Amino acid sequence: MGVIALDPDYASKVAPADTLDKFHGNQLVYIHWEEHLMFCAALAFPFPPGMPFGAILAEILPTFYGIHPDFEKIDWGKVRWTVDGKDITPDPEKSLADHGVGHKSLIRFWTPGLTGVNGLATV
Amino acid sequence: MAKKLGLKQRYGLLTRGLDWETSYQPMDKVFPEATFEGIKIKDWDKWQDPFRLTMDAYWKFQSEKERKLYAVLDSFAQNNGQLSISDVRYLNAVKLFITGVSPLEYQAHRGFAHAGRQLPGVGPRIAAQMQSLDELRHAQTQIHTISHYNKFFDGMHEFPHMHDRVWYLSVPKSFFDDARTAGPFEFMIAIGFAFEYVLTNLLFVPFMSGAAYNGDMATVTFGFSAQSDESRHMTLGIEVIKFLLEQHPDNLPIVQKWVDKWFWRGYKVLGLVAMMMDYMLPKKVMSWKEAWEIYFEQAGGALFEDLARYGLKPPKYHEQATADAEHLSHQNWSIFYNYTQAAAFHTWLPEDDEMAWLSEKYPNTFDKYYRPRFEQWRQMEKDGNRFYNNALPQLCQTCQIPMAYTEPGDPTTICFRESEYKGDKYHFCSDGCKDIFDNEPEKFSQSWLPVHQIFQGNCGGADLGDVLKWYNMNVGADNMDQNVSPEQALWDKWQAERSRVAAE
Repeated sequence: MGVIALDPDYASKVAPADTLDKFHGNQLVYIHWEEHLMFCAALAFPFPPGMPFGAILAEILPTFYGIHPDFEKIDWGKVRWTVDGKDITPDPEKSLADHGVGHKSLIRFWTPGLTGVNGLATV
Repeated sequence: MAKKLGLKQRYGLLTRGLDWETSYQPMDKVFPEATFEGIKIKDWDKWQDPFRLTMDAYWKFQSEKERKLYAVLDSFAQNNGQLSISDVRYLNAVKLFITGVSPLEYQAHRGFAHAGRQLPGVGPRIAAQMQSLDELRHAQTQIHTISHYNKFFDGMHEFPHMHDRVWYLSVPKSFFDDARTAGPFEFMIAIGFAFEYVLTNLLFVPFMSGAAYNGDMATVTFGFSAQSDESRHMTLGIEVIKFLLEQHPDNLPIVQKWVDKWFWRGYKVLGLVAMMMDYMLPKKVMSWKEAWEIYFEQAGGALFEDLARYGLKPPKYHEQATADAEHLSHQNWSIFYNYTQAAAFHTWLPEDDEMAWLSEKYPNTFDKYYRPRFEQWRQMEKDGNRFYNNALPQLCQTCQIPMAYTEPGDPTTICFRESEYKGDKYHFCSDGCKDIFDNEPEKFSQSWLPVHQIFQGNCGGADLGDVLKWYNMNVGADNMDQNVSPEQALWDKWQAERSRVAAE
C-alpha cells in the first residue's frame, strides 16, 4: 500500500538511514548466542565483508561472551550455526561474505549441552 | 439583559461565534492537513465539547494551582526535602522521569499546538490549544520541581541534551517524533486517545504514587497540580475517537489501524515504567502486572466494550501485552543492568527482600526464569567481576529498544522478526513492531537508531568514552552501578552524620 503523506511524491524521496554505503566499508552484523540470556540481546558489530569467519571465533566471541562460565566449555565442533535462518558450517579461513553474511545479517549459534548456568537458558 | 455574560455564553461565543469561512483563500488551503489522512468529517458542529473553559477562566484556575505548587516547592527546598526520601536509589526513578518523560510533555505541547492549528473544527481546535498550554506548563513545573534534586545528585543535569542523544531515551523520543510527524488526526488518536486516555494511568499514576510512597513530596505536589489537567486531557481523547467514529463509517478502519499501532507503541515505551515500578522504587506501590490488570485489562476492557458499538475492536496484540506482563519488567531491568556503563542512572541487583517481593508478585516466572540470573550476577559481583555487556545491542527498528524480548510462550528464546524494504533487512522485537514497520516502511526505514548511528560515526567517536562524552555524561558519576556511585557515598555519609547526631 502507498504511504499516507502530505507530499504525493514522498515515497520517492525516502532515504533509509542505515544503508550499506553509510558504514565506511563495514556492514552491520548481529551475533546471538542462544540460550544464554544473561546477555540481554544479540550483539551488533560493524565488520568488513572480507573479514574471515575465524576472526569471530578467535577474537569477537571470546572478547564479548568470554565472561560467561559456559564459554570455556564450548566444544566448537558441535556448535550449530545459522545465518539469517539458514544452517551454515563455518570455515575460519573464508570470509563473512562467503558464508552468506550480508549487511544486517543475523548470526545465531547454539552450543549443545550448554544452555546457561545450571542449564537455565535465561542465565 | 445581563451586563456580564455567563461562563457558558462566553464559551459558546469563543468556540462558535468567532470562527468564519474565509473568502480570499479556500478553506482547504487554510487547513492543508485536514484531508490527506483520509478522515471524513461531515459536520464539525456535532463536536461535543468535553469541557467548557474560556481563556480567562483557564488562566485564573492555572495560576491558583501554580501558586500552591511553588509554595510547596519553596518549603521543600528550605527544609532539605531531599533528606526525606525513602532511599537514594529512589532518585533513579526521578532521573528516568526528567530525562525520559518531561521532554515528552514539551513534545506534547508542540504536537497539540500543531494539531490545534490544523483542525478545522473550532471546538477541538480550542481544546487542543488549551492542552498544548497545559503540556508546556507540565514540562516547566516538572523541571522546576526536579531541579532541587539536581543540586545534590547526578544524572539530571543534561536532560534535554540527553533526551536527544542517549540510546534508551531514543525510545520515548522517537515515539513522540513519530506522533508529531503524523497528520493531526493520527496525532489526536496517538497522544490524545491511546496515550492520554488508554495508557496514562500506567505512566502518570505509577510515577506519582511512587513519589508519594517514597517521600518525594515535591513530585507528589506536582502530580496534584497536574491532575485536573490530566482529566481534561482524557475527556478530550475519548471525545476525539467517538467524534471520528460517529462522523463517517469510512473512518473506522483508519482509526482502528491507529489504535492498534499506538497501543503497541505506547505499551513498549511503558516498559520503562514497568521496570521502574518493580525494580527502582525502594518502597513499592504495586507490581507492573497488578497495574496492568487494573488499568489495562479492567479499565481498558470496559472502555473497549463501550467503543464496540462503533465497531472498534480492542487493540491488536493486547493479549500478547497481557501475557508479557509476567516478563516485561525483569527483561527491561536486565537490559539496563547489562548497559549501566552507558546509562545516565544507576542499576543494582535486587536485595533479598526485594527478590521475595518479586517472587510473590510473579509466582509463575520470577523464581523460574529471573531469580537465577540475578543470583548469578550477584555471585559475579561478589567475585569482583560485576557483569557488564561490552558490545552494543541489536535494536528493534520500530520501538528502538534492544531486542531483549522473548518469543510468545517461550521465555528462553529471543523473539526475532524481520522484514525487507528496498533491498535491506529490518529487525523487530515483536510481531506488533513488525506490523507497524510493514504498514509504514517509508517512515520507519528512516529511524535514527542509536547503535547504527554510533557505527556510522555520528555520535562523537568509536569508543564508549567518546560516545558518553557526546552524551554530555559525567562519567563515573552519572553512570555505573549504584553501589560505586558518588551519590550513594554522599547518602551514606548523610545517614552516618544523622545517626551520629541522634546518638549525641
